[in-house]
Amino acid sequence: MLTAKHQKNNFFSETVAEFNITYTQLINHLGESVHPLDEDLESQKLLSDLYKSMVFIRMFDKKAVALQRTGQLGTYPSSLGQEAIGVGIGHAMNKDDVFAPYYRDHAIHYLRGVSLADMLLYWGGDERGNIISNAPQFDLPNCVPIATQITHAAGIASALKIRNEKKAVVTTCGDGATSRGDFYEPLNLAGAWQLPMVIVVNNNQWAISVPREIQTAAETIAQKAIAAGIPGEQVDGNDALAVYSVVDKALKKARAGKGPTLIEAVTYRLSDHTTADDATRYRSPEALNKGWEMEPVKRLQTFLHNKNGWGPEQEREWIAECDKKIAEGVDEYLNMPEAPPEDNFNYLYAELPYTMKEQRDHMIAKAERLNAANASNDSNDSNKREA
Amino acid sequence: MTSLPPLKKTLVEAVNLALAHEMRRDESVVVLGEDVAANGGVFRATEGLKDEFGIRRVMDTPLAEALIGGVAVGMATQGLKPVAEIQFMGFIFAAMEHIICHAARMRNRTRGRLSCPMVIRAPYGGGIHAPEHHSESIEALFTHIPGLRVVVPSSPMRTYGLLLSAIRDPDPVIFLEPKRIYRASKQEVIDNGEALPLDVCFTLREGKDITLVTWGAMVQESLQAANQLAQKGISVEVIDLATLKPLDMETILHSVEKTGRCVIVHEAARTNGVGAEIAAQLAEKGLLYLQAPVKRITGYDTPMPYFKYEHYYMIHVDEIVRGIEETLAYG
Repeated sequence: MLTAKHQKNNFFSETVAEFNITYTQLINHLGESVHPLDEDLESQKLLSDLYKSMVFIRMFDKKAVALQRTGQLGTYPSSLGQEAIGVGIGHAMNKDDVFAPYYRDHAIHYLRGVSLADMLLYWGGDERGNIISNAPQFDLPNCVPIATQITHAAGIASALKIRNEKKAVVTTCGDGATSRGDFYEPLNLAGAWQLPMVIVVNNNQWAISVPREIQTAAETIAQKAIAAGIPGEQVDGNDALAVYSVVDKALKKARAGKGPTLIEAVTYRLSDHTTADDATRYRSPEALNKGWEMEPVKRLQTFLHNKNGWGPEQEREWIAECDKKIAEGVDEYLNMPEAPPEDNFNYLYAELPYTMKEQRDHMIAKAERLNAANASNDSNDSNKREA
Repeated sequence: MTSLPPLKKTLVEAVNLALAHEMRRDESVVVLGEDVAANGGVFRATEGLKDEFGIRRVMDTPLAEALIGGVAVGMATQGLKPVAEIQFMGFIFAAMEHIICHAARMRNRTRGRLSCPMVIRAPYGGGIHAPEHHSESIEALFTHIPGLRVVVPSSPMRTYGLLLSAIRDPDPVIFLEPKRIYRASKQEVIDNGEALPLDVCFTLREGKDITLVTWGAMVQESLQAANQLAQKGISVEVIDLATLKPLDMETILHSVEKTGRCVIVHEAARTNGVGAEIAAQLAEKGLLYLQAPVKRITGYDTPMPYFKYEHYYMIHVDEIVRGIEETLAYG
């Protein structure tokens, strides 16, 4: 626990405010519970749901990286090692809460109902991945410009509050994002307007190559909430149950009109930043190995196993089910017919200004030309192969 | 200065070479940005600089572009020569307030007491299958701003020479690096510290039938188109703008006086792109040279599509060839 105390350092000064930041862990890295669990948290269903979701998302993530490596997906940000955060959040949210993601939130998308094909379409360079027809339609799409989604979340929370809706918004970001004005500014507003929002920072210790310790001199990221007048707390981001528990509480508080919460989930990025990155350039193997010791999936498996809540047979069955579901999603993605190229015009405005129709027609003609040339190249290639 | 043997370098390696050269020559040059130190930049443009010059002069900043822009302004007012990297041009917007409200006008509003001798480097442009917001061509946002210089190199040699000039320039320079051709080819670059002039175009290929004006990565397709047309006996003069602001209209006007026709090629969206300024100045100052309307071959007025569809947006050699043939067929 960290306590920021003002020293009584001379005759004229006295402490006028004190703050502390708590850290919540329920299951440690050995898979042992460190506190007796509340009844609702000890539910067998909740525990196995959290575990199963983590296994699923880790397998999906591995598949996505493999697709990228084989040229079937674009640059992809792996969530390896950070599954507990997304899974904890995803299970704590209600469907009618609103989600404003950053870009490493595959687990939350999955739990919100986004299809695997949609997720892959987005990372495969296709705007249709943002249609997310199976998921809550007021959720925002992935957000690449760092921390900007937090300002949007403050706007969403304002809308919920103005309409007196008993819902909350969850937004996520990385540790690097907390250096930006787009983090501090909505945090301040959330406090000033007592907005129904929960901000979860995935502190995975790295902003591409920049380690957490040189990103900020603050002892915790959670304490950044204090200056905004809102509660901030740390949670073990490798403990899905703990993440679920603190996010659930913060959401209930927000929905009840009792204000925002900043949650710093402390974890470790076991992957590269994205598939375009090579972390061996700046990270030691020792640091990575240490990260693996804390990872979230194994510990919950051990915990469940020791409670007789999960055995090898269930593990095999679940993995087979995940494999099947992932294969179906990948299949759907790979077999998706190309969208009309002019969609880039069709969705630009509610109605395309007549002045732009010439450009749209130009693009249609260009696409036809390019596709015809490609088709003739392909047939030339196959002719060559046959010859 | 003793001349060193020429080395074959890519465009991004030429960036690195110029940075290292200028940091050795001038202690006031510092480099800052995200991932520029330990990682050597996500494109490796700053590779090795931290080892040679230390973290006092090569600084990994927190992840905050507004900060990078503002800190560079502050450093520059105190006589440092910051070279700030914005990791991708699509992330520069947060720094715009500092660039526009401060860097571009510090000299003017203090009537010369303070100035901002700073460079903001940013990889720009599409065609590399990057995620969204990583493919922008928004050079016109900067050319519109009084007080800025906007420089875009298009070959390793010009990258080296122009970046040296940009760093030595006493005013702020937006230095946009066409990342699609970061590693497209190698060219001999002599690390002799010889700068190339700013504020002038480079005529890359002389011709008499038509003038083609372009810059950045599109120089590649433009030269290919000129080569194809040469086989048909059409002689294309290719001008690389290099400095987009201030604009060297003199070179373009001289060329159009000779050829009587002009096409402008840019990847950026058409409306209010830099091509519009060139066409306007041709209408103002060169109307009587023109035997055909000026043609712009540009990106569409849409965002860059996600990468699966970006080839429908990008300009291909055949479009340039066709545009030139149409312009030649006029009248």
